[in-house]
Amino acid sequence: MKPQMLIRIALRSIRRTKMRSTLTALGIIIGVGAVIVMVAIGHGAKSRIEQSIKNLGTNMVVITPGAANTGNVSQGAGSFNRLKIEDAEKLKRESVLLADVSPVIMAFGRIRGNNGTNWRCPVYGVDPAYQNIRDWQVGQGQFFDARDLRARRKVCVLGATVALQIFGDGEGAALGQEVILRDVPFTVIGVLAPKGQTASGTDQDDVIIAPYTTVQERLAGHQFIAQILGSAASPSDVVAAMTEAKAIMRESHKLGDWEESDFQVKNQADLADAATGATDVMTILLACIAGISLLVGGIGIMNIMLVSVTERTREIGIRMAIGARPADVLLQFLVEAIVLSLLGGLLGVALGYGGSWLVGRLTGWPTMIDGVTVSVALGFSAAVGVFFGFWPARKAAALNPIDALRYE
Amino acid sequence: MAADVIRIQGLTRTYIMGANEVHALDGIDLTIAKGEMVAVMGASGSGKSTMMNMLGCLDKPTSGSYELDGERVEVMDRNQLADLRNRRIGFVFQGFNLLARTSALENVELPMMYERARKKDVREAAVAALARVGLADRSSHLPNELSGGQQQRVAIARALVTEPALLLADEPTGNLDSRTSVEVLALFQELNDNGLTVVMVTHEDSIAHYAKRIVELRDGRIVRDEPVNPRGNAAADLAAIDARKKGNA
Repeated sequence: MKPQMLIRIALRSIRRTKMRSTLTALGIIIGVGAVIVMVAIGHGAKSRIEQSIKNLGTNMVVITPGAANTGNVSQGAGSFNRLKIEDAEKLKRESVLLADVSPVIMAFGRIRGNNGTNWRCPVYGVDPAYQNIRDWQVGQGQFFDARDLRARRKVCVLGATVALQIFGDGEGAALGQEVILRDVPFTVIGVLAPKGQTASGTDQDDVIIAPYTTVQERLAGHQFIAQILGSAASPSDVVAAMTEAKAIMRESHKLGDWEESDFQVKNQADLADAATGATDVMTILLACIAGISLLVGGIGIMNIMLVSVTERTREIGIRMAIGARPADVLLQFLVEAIVLSLLGGLLGVALGYGGSWLVGRLTGWPTMIDGVTVSVALGFSAAVGVFFGFWPARKAAALNPIDALRYE
Repeated sequence: MAADVIRIQGLTRTYIMGANEVHALDGIDLTIAKGEMVAVMGASGSGKSTMMNMLGCLDKPTSGSYELDGERVEVMDRNQLADLRNRRIGFVFQGFNLLARTSALENVELPMMYERARKKDVREAAVAALARVGLADRSSHLPNELSGGQQQRVAIARALVTEPALLLADEPTGNLDSRTSVEVLALFQELNDNGLTVVMVTHEDSIAHYAKRIVELRDGRIVRDEPVNPRGNAAADLAAIDARKKGNA
């Protein structure tokens, strides 16, 4: 029998039991729809994170403390802090591929405005080059410069959120004021332009920036070098710059050839991978849940196909009597199951598109549907038809024509 | 002897029912030549239905041999049997057995859908077969829109469309009134006159006497095998019935 004939027979049989077919396919419709919506949400979140990491600047190289080998017996990243100011200074002196280098010393503690307002946020002690590396714009006033660094001046630049919280939203209200960090007064010489939240919800404007020399001297005991940031001269130099930075760092730490590095050098792509890893897991989990609903839908199809085979025993007998081979009967019911689940899949895709749009509309989450997901979901629904349609179809094909003909 | 459509020798069919063996057919020898019209008769339990299943290649014998149109049936597998039924046998059943909600024309086309090496135009052949049974104007009707006699004629058209060697009818008039029964038999006689071999299984003498030969079964054996004399002429009887009706009206 020709394929188009089989499909026609299947469609006719599905049309005859519209209500039943619709209810049966509902499992598949919901399953496929759920897969598409879930994956769309996952992909949307991932692409937003990737986008926000790209916004950090593609040339950036990040050196963090801790063993590169996170498996085996190494102490684990960050467990033993071995980054020193000298490392940053050495990188700055010796590296040819890194245009800018800045250590990032983090200090925490209560912050008080000279007007008595309290606040709490991280303080970054950095090199003036930090502004270039992160491509941060100054909204009011100015960034500190090399002279401030050398002179260990007690100056700082406030993030927009900090400025707002301590000194209010007046233009230039913070400039020239003082913030007191652990009893040390810093003069505010600039306020950064607002940058908003990161994808993970951290407020990038809730920060105070000061020369690392000052932070190191004045806030001793309350700080550590969290990372060293560098930026390669061009995006194509990033990988070479990372190699170079690693070599310089190993030298600086006097590591022998057999010793593992006690720091890690990463670039944007690595950071993006780490950040999106979690959403990947989420996406897989969501897809699994949706996949289970597809499975349940498939069982519904099997159930209804078994009913259909029993109902149409007489028809099977007639077909066999006039010359249908068992394989013809098998194919007829198999194709019917596949057509049914594929139709469900197609409606599910439509539902998925609608659902994703609605979710995006209602929650403001970015959603993204890609062709791969749609084709995988459709392929999966066809596979469900084959898998769950096979047994009923084989049952039909195994019928004895005499019994089938006499079936009332 | 190539002219024999059916050659059966020592055919037995045994069913196991619990501890008992039931010999539904118990050593049948039967030869039916091309162009014969045979009525297989017998009371219920005589082995008539089993005989029908055997002749129709729906079942395989326990022992013995069956040759249909020169092909040995007892050695065939399910696929070969299906192909044999498709090409060599046209079935007509008591209950018509048309596919519901499927037009007369599509019902007639159905056997050709399962033909392996299809040569002819399916639509054309189906239209011709319907015309042959006098239903050319009913081709788009669904079975439930047709009378019993018309449904049986669609079934006959479906049986004829593959140009089989044997038309096998199982109680073909069992669901029909007496006039329609005679009408169907008239069609059988006409097809037989044109050379088609017809075997019908029936328990009614009034139907059997339109055949050329009667084979009667009892307890799985042939107890009577004789020519029909005098043979009924269904077309003439039909004309007589219609004339009588007209007279009454």
